[in-house]
Amino acid sequence: MAYKKKTVILFLVALLLTCLYIFYGLSGNIDYILPRRIVKVIAVIISGGAIAFATTIFMTITNNRILTPSVMGLDSLYLLVQTVMIYLFGSHSLVMMNSNINYVISIIAMVLFSLILYRILFRGEDSNVYFLLLIGLILGTFFNSATSFMQVLIDPNEFMIAQDKMFASINNVNTNLVYLSVVLIFLVMLYFWRYAKYLDVLALGKDLSINLGVPYNDVVKHLLVIVAIMISIATALTGPMTFLGLLVVNLAYEFLKTFRHKYIIMGSALISIIALIGGQLIVEKIFVFQTPISVIINFIGGIYFIYLLLKENRSW
Amino acid sequence: MKLRYLIISLIVLSITSLFVGVSDLSLKDIFSLTADQRDILWHSRIPRLISILIAGMSMSIVGLIMQQLSRNRFVSPTTAGTLDSAKLGILVAMLMFTSASPLVKMSIAFLFALAGTFIFMKLLEKIKFKDTIFIPLVGLMFGNIISSMATFIAYKNNLIQNISSWMLGDFSMIMSGKYELMFISIPILALAFLFANKFTIAGMGEDFAKNLGLNYRQVVNLGLMIVALVTASVVLTVGVIPFLGLIIPNIVTIYQGDHLKKSLTHTAVLGAVFVLVCDIIGRIVIYPYEIPISLTVGVIGSAMFLYLLLRRKKYGL
Repeated sequence: MAYKKKTVILFLVALLLTCLYIFYGLSGNIDYILPRRIVKVIAVIISGGAIAFATTIFMTITNNRILTPSVMGLDSLYLLVQTVMIYLFGSHSLVMMNSNINYVISIIAMVLFSLILYRILFRGEDSNVYFLLLIGLILGTFFNSATSFMQVLIDPNEFMIAQDKMFASINNVNTNLVYLSVVLIFLVMLYFWRYAKYLDVLALGKDLSINLGVPYNDVVKHLLVIVAIMISIATALTGPMTFLGLLVVNLAYEFLKTFRHKYIIMGSALISIIALIGGQLIVEKIFVFQTPISVIINFIGGIYFIYLLLKENRSW
Repeated sequence: MKLRYLIISLIVLSITSLFVGVSDLSLKDIFSLTADQRDILWHSRIPRLISILIAGMSMSIVGLIMQQLSRNRFVSPTTAGTLDSAKLGILVAMLMFTSASPLVKMSIAFLFALAGTFIFMKLLEKIKFKDTIFIPLVGLMFGNIISSMATFIAYKNNLIQNISSWMLGDFSMIMSGKYELMFISIPILALAFLFANKFTIAGMGEDFAKNLGLNYRQVVNLGLMIVALVTASVVLTVGVIPFLGLIIPNIVTIYQGDHLKKSLTHTAVLGAVFVLVCDIIGRIVIYPYEIPISLTVGVIGSAMFLYLLLRRKKYGL
């Protein structure tokens, strides 16, 4: 059971890094610093885990190791939904009605949208993977441009208020949504429990899983809702990170050498946490870069992605 | 899509473009201009119009040439890393040669754009499986990698805001004295017209072109130089206008076919019309403010590209 042992090792490394991040160079006003660091770490753990989790499920659904929700433009979609909300209701409502409600409404909109997207994209016989990927990338560009477009339309004063509250990055973690996110993750897990057992079968492909008695369309739809919620949570907390999911899930498959989703999901979530917190430690404390870790992850992830594309291509 | 109607709409839109803006200037004033109005016309409105026309025409033509040479409908400066390489070049120029003249900066951007496009073309040769969709995908990822390199350097030097304002395609800062660099594109475009037939032959594939007695390498290299030069000059003066080189040539080819000599003029005029329309929209929507052209084109362009992709079977792309 090599992969069990490896999962334990990953867990220990993740724990070590987390502690290191919390306690490294801790001095001065500890009462102030410590809680802040802990909340930040929780946010990073949640979003890293959520991205890995959503990506694993998405790859299983689409039966492909290159397609990830972020590559399909889902995190850009979340930013667009947020911006449209601010545009429609104004920042006043945002401040008054408290950002939690806004967060929940955005997630609902996101789920609806991604279901429609899935309908359009996977309906035809023409679901060539490369085609879907290209569509996804262009959709991402479209959502990004539309987001900036809407942001220009918003009154600059209102936008400044909204920006602080809504648009996070890994260096500027959105801590006021952390508690709600913990609750949400818990609820999603409960919801996920009913479908967890199907994942290993789904990995065999659509035809086989229908043959084996999986209510395919139904299960996929519910799993997709879970993916959309997870991506929303992650994007709301730490902003978009396009290639993180791709990188960590593929690494998990390589490292654990198993196809059991229980371990893959755990493993990829742990690797993702290690990558984010470890990377953040190295970048912040050792190299003293100002570059956010997401830029570096995008760089490495992009190269890895081309490598994957070329490799897949060669075996054809 | 008759050329005649395109040219008529180009003229009408150009005149409209001259008289849209914050400062008061209307068509009936044209014969009794005050000194202020004349200044605005000569130093702001006309340069703006000219730069829009040049940018629209040259970026669309460049896209068309790239598509011919790579024999792929979905390759363009946006999807081949050319734009991102030019961006990296400008960043390097800003860092290393702070006081260099725009011309020097442009040369550096040009070298980077050329190198980037060249690497991409080499990458294409390595790929055995020439799927229409696969190639732009690799190109987009390639562009992403180069762009994250640029972001990395920019972050280290606190240039993020600079680079994003440089890159955001925007005509509102165009004034006389700031856009003349774009005129470089005009002789280059003339060259493109001269070589149109050769590009068409090169687009039939290396073996076939050589069979017909064409110096294939030379023509391809010339095409890439044109692409890189035009991209560098547009990126440096206006900024990035995404998707232009992608959608305009595709729309024209649907109607006109692959013969470059026939489709070049159409592409150029339609490109200019498209950018003019987008620019006028951007200027009116939040009047008296403006929406940068790259956003308007980005939204409309990516939507149109998606449409093209989804319907491509129908058009046989």
